[in-house]
Amino acid sequence: MRAGERLAPLEIPVTRTLIVAGALASRDYQDVHHDPELARQKGAPDVFMNILTTNGLVGRYVTDHFGPTAVLRGVAVRLGAPNHPGDTMVLTGRVEEVDGDTAVVRVVGANGLGDHVTGTVTVTVPGAGS
Amino acid sequence: MGDERVDDELGARLKAFEGRPAAVAGVGKDPVNAPMIRHWCEALGDTNPAYTGPDAIAPPTMLQAWTMGGLSGHQGRSGAYDELLGLLDAAGCTAVVATDCEQGYLRPLRPGDEITFDTVIEHVSARKTTRLGTGYFVTTRMDIRADGEPAGVHRLRILKYAPAPRGPRARRPRPVVNRDNAGFWQGVAEHRLLLQRCTGCGTPRHPWLPGCNACGSPDWDTVEASGEGTVHSYVVQHHPPFPAFDPPYAVGLIELAEGVRMVSDVVGVPYDKVRIGLPVRVEFLRCDEELTLPVFRVVDR
Repeated sequence: MRAGERLAPLEIPVTRTLIVAGALASRDYQDVHHDPELARQKGAPDVFMNILTTNGLVGRYVTDHFGPTAVLRGVAVRLGAPNHPGDTMVLTGRVEEVDGDTAVVRVVGANGLGDHVTGTVTVTVPGAGS
Repeated sequence: MGDERVDDELGARLKAFEGRPAAVAGVGKDPVNAPMIRHWCEALGDTNPAYTGPDAIAPPTMLQAWTMGGLSGHQGRSGAYDELLGLLDAAGCTAVVATDCEQGYLRPLRPGDEITFDTVIEHVSARKTTRLGTGYFVTTRMDIRADGEPAGVHRLRILKYAPAPRGPRARRPRPVVNRDNAGFWQGVAEHRLLLQRCTGCGTPRHPWLPGCNACGSPDWDTVEASGEGTVHSYVVQHHPPFPAFDPPYAVGLIELAEGVRMVSDVVGVPYDKVRIGLPVRVEFLRCDEELTLPVFRVVDR
């Protein structure tokens, strides 16, 4: 693993099922993640993905790339444009810095509205030091 | 964010909550367990083998999930946090959305680990106006332990806000239809893209005008455009968000195969994928019961 290395993009179809299943798997019962009518009353056009699901997908993207020995040390994400049903989020990533066998990966998840998520993942990959 | 000015009374009251506990000696409702791990992996499509089998660990990003109150609510939540949320609710900031999450993982979580946590209200912002509405950002920091050992840190920023009022969706602006261009709009209503053509010199023209800009002749007939064209130029509108429009979006200057240019929406690709030279074809967008507009969809050619 080297600074500048790019991760292959990962396309995530943002289905209603993913939004609801992700919210419930993370035990997040906020109505905006499963009830379109209440989401609209709160100013959103439809239900939207919760931050725990986004966080989980960002972590998955990085461990998918580095394999099952990769150990996540930290994930920091900021949300922008919401992930609504029917959209597609494309995750892209780039290794920003490498220190021994630990790397900081910058991840962006873009949907049809703009950047849904920007963030960094710190990951240790035993034996991958440069 | 620490030195911002707070110029409203509510903001000052909220600011006083910084440093107070949001949860004290909270206990995870379930110990870390394989079924919840499997449900998470199924939902997120995560097939990492580290999360299955006898030596399974939990996906580290599940950290917060183990602390969630679920449908039956939170336990261990402090009076201070409920009071803070209550003040915001009373001020009309009834909606909540999470904006930032920062997690650090100190050790893997394994099935059987009992989760406990303490949370502190780290920061309350000044009043902010966002596209969703006006409210306050509240940052909490949660220290999570597994079987009593430090296991992770979870910092969450939420926006607690009063939803911006949403009226019925505004309608697109109406075109100005007059004697000179009525034929164009009549054609659009019939899903035909009509150009004027000078009967003196044969030059097509758009927009519709009383005379030919090539030879000056006032005589013309119409020709139906093929609808094929390319993006000659474009702009991306980000701000401000006019009623009926949802930025960002791309507005193209389309060069039709017949040689005239027309301004309209470029659809079928995200706004940031529009490029000069992209091939497009006209389609007719029914905006509402009274308005149809020609727009241009990017096509493979």
